[in-house]
Amino acid sequence: MSKQILSPLPGTFYRRPSPDKPAFKEVGDSVAVGDVIGLIEVMKSFNEVQADQAGTITGFPADDEEPVMAGQPLVDLG
Amino acid sequence: MAIRKLLIANRGEIAVRIIRAAKELGIRTVQVYSMADADSLAVKLADEAVPIGPPAAAKSYLKIDTILEAARLTGADAVHPGYGFLAENADFADAVVAAGMIWVGPKGDAIRVMGDKVAARIAAERAGVPVVPGSDGRVDDPDQARAIALAIGFPVMIKAAAGGGGRGIRIAHDMEEFERLMPQASAEAKAAFGDGGLYLEKVIERARHIEVQILGDGKRAVHCFERECSLQRRRQKVWEEAPSAALPQALREKLCASAVSLAESVGYLGAGTLEYLYDDQSGQFYFIEMNTRIQVEHPVTEMVTGLDLVREMIRVAGGEPLRMRQDQIVLRGHAIEVRINAEDPARNFQPGPGTITALTVPGGAGVRFDTMLYQGYTVPPFYDSLLGKLIVWDEDRPAAIARMARALEELTVEGLPTTKPLHQLLARDSDVRAADFHTRWLEPWLERNAHQLGTEETTE
Repeated sequence: MSKQILSPLPGTFYRRPSPDKPAFKEVGDSVAVGDVIGLIEVMKSFNEVQADQAGTITGFPADDEEPVMAGQPLVDLG
Repeated sequence: MAIRKLLIANRGEIAVRIIRAAKELGIRTVQVYSMADADSLAVKLADEAVPIGPPAAAKSYLKIDTILEAARLTGADAVHPGYGFLAENADFADAVVAAGMIWVGPKGDAIRVMGDKVAARIAAERAGVPVVPGSDGRVDDPDQARAIALAIGFPVMIKAAAGGGGRGIRIAHDMEEFERLMPQASAEAKAAFGDGGLYLEKVIERARHIEVQILGDGKRAVHCFERECSLQRRRQKVWEEAPSAALPQALREKLCASAVSLAESVGYLGAGTLEYLYDDQSGQFYFIEMNTRIQVEHPVTEMVTGLDLVREMIRVAGGEPLRMRQDQIVLRGHAIEVRINAEDPARNFQPGPGTITALTVPGGAGVRFDTMLYQGYTVPPFYDSLLGKLIVWDEDRPAAIARMARALEELTVEGLPTTKPLHQLLARDSDVRAADFHTRWLEPWLERNAHQLGTEETTE
């Protein structure tokens, strides 16, 4: 059964630490618990999203700069 | 040309505030909104509403072309920018005028002059307004920079000439640190703004933030006295008052007169605010910058003068001369505004959007609550955390503080955290009651009082 990392907060999802930096993670990367996979901007405040489970990334159901709800999947893990 | 249909290029409580002023003037209103704001109070109150894009401000409220198209489609003949977003964007002001509409604010060129810190400082000095000792204009030569730093004395603030919002500011406490920080500051300014130009300013260590409200019709300007906004966290104002409890009357007159002369010297049209640092030990005041828009804290001025500043700015934009002489603007009593933000003071002001499950708005004499909340409204996570502004007026400052404490007790916002407990604690504080504070007073106070904020109820 595939696993997912969910957004802990409602806001805007960012896959990169800043617009001119590479993404935190790409498809195919392995993820350990505690790794930062992205940021959620809530009311102009930026919050790191840390992986709560380990695995290999198979996809990003939420795009960079996309509005997300709390509980919405951000990362698919294989 | 009187305005008949006004487009509001903003959101939140200020959009509601502008719609109310327009309706009272018999002006029809058009509210633009992002997909996150379809249920907003401003959309419900406006005569018409036009969607302008997805939630991200860069794709909606900052899209000049889309907003102008919405104005064209609805036949709006004027645009009010509110505060934030495009309010101080001179190109937007020019584009509105070029499209044949009225811009509710000063001309693009006045925004440009006052938005450039160096140009604003020069305009201020010309008008006889005291400025913080520093370099007269930008400094590109390192030798000249060293000489100026020595002349004005450490600590010295190094600022980007093109900067804003506190970005690119560094403080050097001695020459060694100055030598190290100058190249860094220049490189950062170049990267951030495409302009490595710097200017230097003396650091005023213990100062109060005092600002003067002005209104201009392009020819004549009047002041509406001052506000004090010294209680700040991370350079964001938290609690604002009018008048300042610290300013002697003779100095008030001097400060306000200097603001009027600066406004008239640039042919200012609309509402504007000149911000000053005031050193209450030496009695010196220094101009820091001018905001060419309506400000969040404008209601405290309205409460002590009886004026409707948003109404007046719409009238002068429509071509009317100012309706009042200076001697007709009278300061009466004392007003306080607190910002009710969707932030949890017990958790380091972590923002918390959510759905308003219950709302009780305080009432009674001298109480006003400017907000975009209603029961059942879901506060979106995409914009700033301001939910509303609780404003009180009373005959004097102690009575106003007592009234604020009473109004805060009545206010209930359920469904998300708010900054209400912070304001309740501030209203009880002996330094706040004595008006014994400055711009760096609140942050250490928050550290000392973290335990008290932690035990306050936060979701009431």
